[in-house]
Amino acid sequence: MSVVVQGLSKRFGRQGEAAAASGVSFTAPTGHITSLLGPSGSGKSTVLRLVAGLEEPDEGRIAIDGVDCTTMPARSRGVGFAFQSYALFDHMTVHDNIGFGLRIRKRPRSEIDAKVEELLALVKLPGYGGRYPSQLSGGQRQRIALARALAIQPKVLLLDEPFGALDARVRVELREWLSEFQTSTGVTTILVTHDQEEAFELSEHVVLLQDGKVVQAGSPHDLYDRPATPFVASFLGGANVLLGQIRDGRADMGSFAVEGPVGAENGASVRAFVRPQDIRIEKPTEEPVANVQLARIERMTRIGGNVKLAVRLGTGEAVTVQMAKTEVEGLGIEQGDRVMVDLKEAKVFVEDYTI
Amino acid sequence: MSAALPPIRSVESRRLAGVASERPWVRWLLTGAALAFVAAFLLVPLALVFFEAFAKGPAAYLAAIADDEAFSAIRLTLLIAVIVVPLNFTFGVAAAWLLARYDFFGKSLLLALIDLPFSVSPVISGLIFVLLFGAQGWFGPFLSDHGISIIFAVPGIVLATTFVTFPLVAREVLAVMQAQGGAEEEAAFMLGASGWQILWHVTLPKIRWGVLYGVILCNARAMGEFGAVSVVSGHVRGQTNTMPLEVEILYNEYRFVGAFAVASLLTLLAVATLVLKKVVERAVGRQRREAPIAGDRIAFALPAEEAGGGQ
Repeated sequence: MSVVVQGLSKRFGRQGEAAAASGVSFTAPTGHITSLLGPSGSGKSTVLRLVAGLEEPDEGRIAIDGVDCTTMPARSRGVGFAFQSYALFDHMTVHDNIGFGLRIRKRPRSEIDAKVEELLALVKLPGYGGRYPSQLSGGQRQRIALARALAIQPKVLLLDEPFGALDARVRVELREWLSEFQTSTGVTTILVTHDQEEAFELSEHVVLLQDGKVVQAGSPHDLYDRPATPFVASFLGGANVLLGQIRDGRADMGSFAVEGPVGAENGASVRAFVRPQDIRIEKPTEEPVANVQLARIERMTRIGGNVKLAVRLGTGEAVTVQMAKTEVEGLGIEQGDRVMVDLKEAKVFVEDYTI
Repeated sequence: MSAALPPIRSVESRRLAGVASERPWVRWLLTGAALAFVAAFLLVPLALVFFEAFAKGPAAYLAAIADDEAFSAIRLTLLIAVIVVPLNFTFGVAAAWLLARYDFFGKSLLLALIDLPFSVSPVISGLIFVLLFGAQGWFGPFLSDHGISIIFAVPGIVLATTFVTFPLVAREVLAVMQAQGGAEEEAAFMLGASGWQILWHVTLPKIRWGVLYGVILCNARAMGEFGAVSVVSGHVRGQTNTMPLEVEILYNEYRFVGAFAVASLLTLLAVATLVLKKVVERAVGRQRREAPIAGDRIAFALPAEEAGGGQ
């Protein structure tokens, strides 16, 4: 039931000026959730709609379960689709919404009733069959929409920002529910989201898109630890950006110097991405230590068990540091203190001047 | 948020208070003037129609309506409405669907053309059909050779009325469709529904109030149209005379009871339309207000009262 997408391209507009997807290739493995992650306008929804058959590709191929279905009508592809807006039929009861696909297929009433009851139990809303969508909350509506998509027993489930219209608390709850739900049904799922936390938590395989192209695909760890481009590094986790130059094979950012990228020329400009939790802070020692810089803590903000520190480096650059509250207490540092800073890790990219 | 609200609200209320604090006599004068205007220009004429219709008693009123020619005009008007309303329902829904769901070359031109019947004088609308199908018109010789009569006959009246009332359903349905978007149709499509099944099970139920609203307006206009019909009908009494035309003829013949009796029927139609319009408007408003409720917690067990409490 895997989904294989090869070289998928789609242009919108009469002049074809806007390429929503160009040369997108990826594989969504059987029985897992694959996330299409990217900022708005990156073409992730377009790719999903192409897989669904809601749009026709200009180029490329789509295979579901080993069968090429690029030109197959949507109804023959065996896919279920859930929309960000739920798209429930407001004039039908929950029961009729879920049973819609089966009624269209002219299944006997008893079979439809049994299937609807089974799905209502699966989405943890038993007894809701007689209600109308307007009587449900947003989270409940989306679960009904998922039940409706599953009623036709799709080979693949496609979710287009399913929790995008919900508030933060319900989002997190539904995310946990979806993870559990997907494990129990085992249906191959492709999830479109702009929320990296959602993608990382739900899927083992993440496809990151930018401007209609796949910039990196792999496990959440791959993307997080080995970002392929500056875009990936900055998109995943609000990183600090430091500018510098290559000197003797090392990337020198003034305050810090780390191992430069392999093969970088001397004098080349570099851009380093440093995560807030990858900056180490220590109390200053008496004698200066090599490669450790003095800096000033300008502001400390506690967020739950973590502390966010605004730190002004010796070079005048401001960086954000994140530490555990217990760690800050252990160090005994305060706002206004001078501290030593060091990098645990940085992703360094040589600046591209072709832009 | 709540901390920022009070000052804004107080500014607002001060301004509102300023508007409402006109001296009482100014307020009464303005309200009185508005009411007097409505009475003079709407209520008095409305009452006068019924007063004149019943000037010689109910018997004369009934006799005037039962008059052969008046009765035939009523029948013809109903016939026109019965033909034109379903036609414009079909055209209107089809055009609205096309304009709301698809992008194509010349879309804005089509949008402008839909409004054409409203921007052209009804007399000109009628004249267009005379120039096309009349004896001296483009298709006149062909039609007379084949014994088909359109102008000065029922088909001409149907054509002219359809033309004049076309925008009513299309405009109304288009607005509703654009407001709703097409996600439900796509959902039905993904669930395997065919085009007709989507139209029947999803689209029509969704737009039903908009359609009804358009149909009510279309019906009222179809029955009351004078200008365009006057040009194409030929005023053949007992054959091609609709109610508005009959009113004019009766009035010109100084048969005031007859004229006002027929006019009273059209007036009743107008009043009924207004009432229906209000009822449907309220239903449309209710449908639009049904916004999603902000999320409540997931029920992992089965608290049936949970969703009820969430509203």
